[in-house]
Amino acid sequence: MCLGVPGRVVEVRGQTAVVDFFGVRRETRLDVVDEPVGPGDYILNHVGFAIRKIPEHEIAETLALYEMLLREAEHDIMAADVRGEIGAARVAEERADG
Amino acid sequence: MADATLVQGPAELRFRDPVKARALAATLDSVTRAVDHAPVSVMHVCGSHEQSIAKFGLRTILPKGLNVIMGPGCPVCVTDLPEVDEAVVLAQDGKIIASYGDMLKVPGTAKSLADVQAEGGRIAVVYSAAQAVELARDTTDDVVFFASGFETTAVATAAVALGDLPPNFSILSAHKYIPPVMEIVAEMPDSRVEGFLAAGHAAAITGWRIFERFVEKHRIPVVVAGFEPLDILAGLVRLVELVRDRTPRVENMFPRCVTPDGNRNAQRQLWRVFRTQGGRWRGIAHVPNGNLRLRDEFAHVDARCRYEIDVRRLWNHAPSALTQVCICGEIMAGLSAPENCPLFGKECSPESPVGACMVSSEGTCRIWHQYGGHPDI
Repeated sequence: MCLGVPGRVVEVRGQTAVVDFFGVRRETRLDVVDEPVGPGDYILNHVGFAIRKIPEHEIAETLALYEMLLREAEHDIMAADVRGEIGAARVAEERADG
Repeated sequence: MADATLVQGPAELRFRDPVKARALAATLDSVTRAVDHAPVSVMHVCGSHEQSIAKFGLRTILPKGLNVIMGPGCPVCVTDLPEVDEAVVLAQDGKIIASYGDMLKVPGTAKSLADVQAEGGRIAVVYSAAQAVELARDTTDDVVFFASGFETTAVATAAVALGDLPPNFSILSAHKYIPPVMEIVAEMPDSRVEGFLAAGHAAAITGWRIFERFVEKHRIPVVVAGFEPLDILAGLVRLVELVRDRTPRVENMFPRCVTPDGNRNAQRQLWRVFRTQGGRWRGIAHVPNGNLRLRDEFAHVDARCRYEIDVRRLWNHAPSALTQVCICGEIMAGLSAPENCPLFGKECSPESPVGACMVSSEGTCRIWHQYGGHPDI
């Protein structure tokens, strides 16, 4: 799963971010990403970790492929990998700690 | 090849910018014709690249004189039998094995993790290393995370290993490191590979400069490319230009994601936790420095240090006769294609895979089974 999945940071709680992946809110860990990340930023998530902050001018171009893939049927393996990447992020909990 | 065994045909060509796609295809055609020999063969080493190439039917618009081959780009597929055997033995001994879903059906010498699960073994599918840790926190039983994937995924395992871990959690690393296997494939006597397309997101971690040493040594160009059909076409144009001009160097055609030095924070964590070690890649060869293994400082979370894992007890069971026919290794080395395997789509299918290439969503056979490889149009 080299593809990862991009998402928009909603909230940062210490080393964890609540991220909106195409309407699904998940928690992604920030241990690996090498730039400060804040609400409104886009990150690329891979197996539950943000591996890169996506520069602002590249967001639209990055999202396009995924928007198309997520419209695909369940059995499409490329789309399934992207859904799996969203599944890799922890379900966001309603809490204010961290 | 109109093959009745294919689940479905290639997706119709859908490009965000069809005009640009046509222009790139035309350029690729003229650049390929300008090379002084034919065909030109280039290799990519990424399951996501193959998914995109197959799904969008890119091979239908590639020039006749250009072969784009998938190499050992599927980490699940190259996990060696004894590595699966280790997980099988641990599961048989009562440990809970947490693993990425693709690993379950990968055949070991005698059986897969799915087989052990059917016999009562406890196998949990996780999507991330962090989920495996949470699983361990929720139980008093031992949980072993059977960790697979290339460096991009190993970074996540490293981050977890550097965090607080419950005492019943350990890691069985089957992580693999891509740069060394490119050397092995380039040096194979039958290798026709004249250029490599490197995977964008792995390079986002390592940086593109990591390929400079390879290019210098083997005089084969490397182009880093993204995953959209247009990204791949643009990467191929640049790669064939470098072949045509006999100017081996590294070029980054995915600057929106990849920098010269990559994610240094990720690299620091990766190399603090892992070291490289030589080992077999299933079906391919012994790859010096091809495996990522936990450093001695992490022996306390290394399943290989924590437990005595005797895989020999599995070796009395003969592998199935079909596995002798499987050509996964040749396919992953870029020397053959799924359509040349007599089992493809017949005895070997996603429901009942013989070789690992049919198991993983990143395996060449699995991808061609869904989308077709060289569809006729």
